[in-house]
Amino acid sequence: MREHVVSPRVYFAVFAALVVLTVVTWSVAKLDLGKMNAIVALTIAVIKATLVVLYFMHVRWSSRLTWVFVGAGFFWLAIMVTLTLSDYATRGWVTIASP
Amino acid sequence: MAETQIATHEALAHHFDDFEQQREAGTLGMWAFLVTEVMFFGGLFLAYIIYRGKYPVEFAVASNSLNVTMGFINTLVLICSSLTMALAVYYSEIGKRKPLVVFLLLTMVLGAAFLVIKGVEYHEKYVEHHIPVRFPTYEFRWEAHANAGAHEASLPPVDTGRVEMFFWLYFAMTGVHALHMVIGLGILTTLVIMARRGRFTPEYHSPVELSGLYWHFVDIVWIFLFPLLYLIGAHLH
Repeated sequence: MREHVVSPRVYFAVFAALVVLTVVTWSVAKLDLGKMNAIVALTIAVIKATLVVLYFMHVRWSSRLTWVFVGAGFFWLAIMVTLTLSDYATRGWVTIASP
Repeated sequence: MAETQIATHEALAHHFDDFEQQREAGTLGMWAFLVTEVMFFGGLFLAYIIYRGKYPVEFAVASNSLNVTMGFINTLVLICSSLTMALAVYYSEIGKRKPLVVFLLLTMVLGAAFLVIKGVEYHEKYVEHHIPVRFPTYEFRWEAHANAGAHEASLPPVDTGRVEMFFWLYFAMTGVHALHMVIGLGILTTLVIMARRGRFTPEYHSPVELSGLYWHFVDIVWIFLFPLLYLIGAHLH
């Protein structure tokens, strides 16, 4: 596989999308949407991060092995967060008898 | 004949068959490092999630006292610097030395601008006594926060210790991020010197490409920090 030279036009398009999403995330944060605020903010952040990883960081054109490395990183992060929160979220569900 | 020519190219390390293999190994190695960085920042984000879950009111009120305009400008500055870095990588790929140096320098200017704005923000926090430390001469205080007054009455009552936890996470996360920016500026300085000496060619420009990955990664961290730290109290007014 030869190196894929990404055209500056792609970079400018991604840049424009990132700027628009930044403005959107700030505008939406001013509204009181309750729990939806956090969900909207994180969804926009994930979209922005994905754009940066795929286009600025060239992962879209990288080898399968690179995809595995990138995926493994975020998968392990998900394990860390999920297992820790499953502990914090369930404390006090069961009462343990004292000896 | 072409193969022997490639095999003896000065930029090709002897343990690689060709440039493609060399580039691939470099990219994988850099991503292995970035995965450790994901875990490193991941620990801080996890602490943030747990404490925000425990103290949602205090986190929103404390976030409300941050300077959102400066955070927003800094987000734009970093996105611009990612664009200039991506363009620097592009010019290294097609082997144009002058625009490569120009875009590397532009990236450095934007990176430095980010740190200056961050410094102004830190100074604001210092003046407001929002740095979470307890010294005889300086200690964390919440009562005297700048946004109080005009809409103080509309903000819910909070526990000072819990607010201090928000600021502890704010300084830990933005501080470690700023440290990465400083390291990035050091890397960029090296790249500018190497580029001026004509060390990069279309066949060999891995240092530019891999430093670009690092720079974009630091940008991604900020993409998450901005909404999580600055915007969770934006609806309180």
